[in-house]
Amino acid sequence: MHPLILVLIFIVAAPLGYKIISHVPSLLHTPLMSGMNALSGLNILGALTACAAAAATGSRILGGLAVVLAMINVAGGFSVTQRMLSMFRHKQGGAGQ
Amino acid sequence: MSDLFYYICCGLLALGILLGLSLLSKVKTAATGNLVSCLSCALAVILTLVRYEILSDGLLYLCMGIGLAIGMTLALRVKMIAMPQMVAFLHGLGVAASALVAILVLTSPSLTAFTRFTGGLALAVGSLTFTSSMVAAGKLQRLLPQKPLILPSHKALLNVCAALILLPLLLLTLGIAVKASMLVNLIASLGFGLLFTIRVGGADMPITISLLNCFAGVAGAIAGMSIDDPLLIAAEGIVGASGLLLTQIMCRAMNRSLPDILMGRTSVAGAPSAVVPENTAPAAEPDAAAPDRPDPAELLRGAKDVIIIPGYGMALAQAQEQVKALMEKLEANGTKVRFAIHPVAGRMPGHMNVLLCEVDIPYDQLFELDEINADFASSDVAIIVGANDVVNPAARHAAGTPIYGMPILQADQAPWAVVCNFDRQPGYAGVPNTLYDEPHTILLLGDAKETVQRLADAL
Repeated sequence: MHPLILVLIFIVAAPLGYKIISHVPSLLHTPLMSGMNALSGLNILGALTACAAAAATGSRILGGLAVVLAMINVAGGFSVTQRMLSMFRHKQGGAGQ
Repeated sequence: MSDLFYYICCGLLALGILLGLSLLSKVKTAATGNLVSCLSCALAVILTLVRYEILSDGLLYLCMGIGLAIGMTLALRVKMIAMPQMVAFLHGLGVAASALVAILVLTSPSLTAFTRFTGGLALAVGSLTFTSSMVAAGKLQRLLPQKPLILPSHKALLNVCAALILLPLLLLTLGIAVKASMLVNLIASLGFGLLFTIRVGGADMPITISLLNCFAGVAGAIAGMSIDDPLLIAAEGIVGASGLLLTQIMCRAMNRSLPDILMGRTSVAGAPSAVVPENTAPAAEPDAAAPDRPDPAELLRGAKDVIIIPGYGMALAQAQEQVKALMEKLEANGTKVRFAIHPVAGRMPGHMNVLLCEVDIPYDQLFELDEINADFASSDVAIIVGANDVVNPAARHAAGTPIYGMPILQADQAPWAVVCNFDRQPGYAGVPNTLYDEPHTILLLGDAKETVQRLADAL
């Protein structure tokens, strides 16, 4: 893709995300942050292609390491977010209602 | 796979991520939203494997499997009070991956100036966010001192690092001495991140973590530009925006300005960090109510409307269960109980809500500052558990102090304020709490776990 288009994607995505996220109540800010944390681990896409494309053994190891680290980020982030949100959810109809 | 098909898939997955996010704005749909985002990411991985025809590369699956196992284990084991360091730690790993990808991109042959520039920038932002996050996680986990650590000529050192990041970045873009520039860039960035966070104190962590979230997004987006991945740019752009938004909210709640934070003035200059000590015996015998003040239990028995203000001190004393017991006793008496949550209560945005929900306190009894502040005057009693600066009336009138102008929970407007704090020490900002001296304040000093339990038992 042309560099300008790539920069443009960033310029469009960031304010759009900002707009949507501004509706999240402060009650959910911790799960929001851990969810965003998981999403930032999407750079696993880059790690996968870089690792696969690497020819030298050293680069291959670095790439594999990047995949492991990014995957910890993604998996840990999403599952911890789910754990927190399920705590919130089962309150409905619980003791306080 | 044709380019068009790939770009359409990227667009759809980006929409999936945005849909997941918009579902996150309601508690009822939030869990579904998280699953939608998670599914979008999984599909993105498959799409990438197919597009680059690397489906048969066994190493990738091995590495993903290892990462998945470690990530899930961490997520299942972490305690809710340790969530801030967990998030900071995961940030650190994620941006380390960004930096590694940047290194691999920069060492591959035949690059354009744009790729070299974005690669260098991704390396810099990724590396500095890596050390920053790890230092933040270390401080939160108490592996590193909580107090701000300021080296002699700290500012000058930061400036040197900044220069050593920018100059190699220029050389990289021009394609001069690529390997050496990369190395200098990497080391200077790691140093910059270290210097940046080492001087941040414990109570400023909510701002720092939000800022790191923002940086992680920016690092990822730039890495996405260097490897020509539109989906990565979109997703990381959203992450960056979210971090920025949360940083702004935290700044407002702590009365700091974002430019100040970026310039490194994250900490209150020279303030003693008087956080409530953890589980140590109270210095003085927890004193009962002063003779001219009513018995707090008596007061609570007669109360119709009680607002509880929990602070990080409650979490440190691990008094959540006791607070819940108090709530249940009060409710059994027919008293209306609500919780007032200050935006910076805890060590990351929204942390206090999670801590209270963990002990099954219903989330519809948790109220934000704006929602509940007007109700203190009409309530009967405000109970403060381990909160200090956020209820200090000095924020309204003591011009020149670090908390002046900071939005506070107006516990002083309630007819009675029962304070279950550890001692009379000023809070983190170092400003004596004038609430303690008000005639309608009842101090129950000591370990909140005991004082709150006693209060609940007396009902």
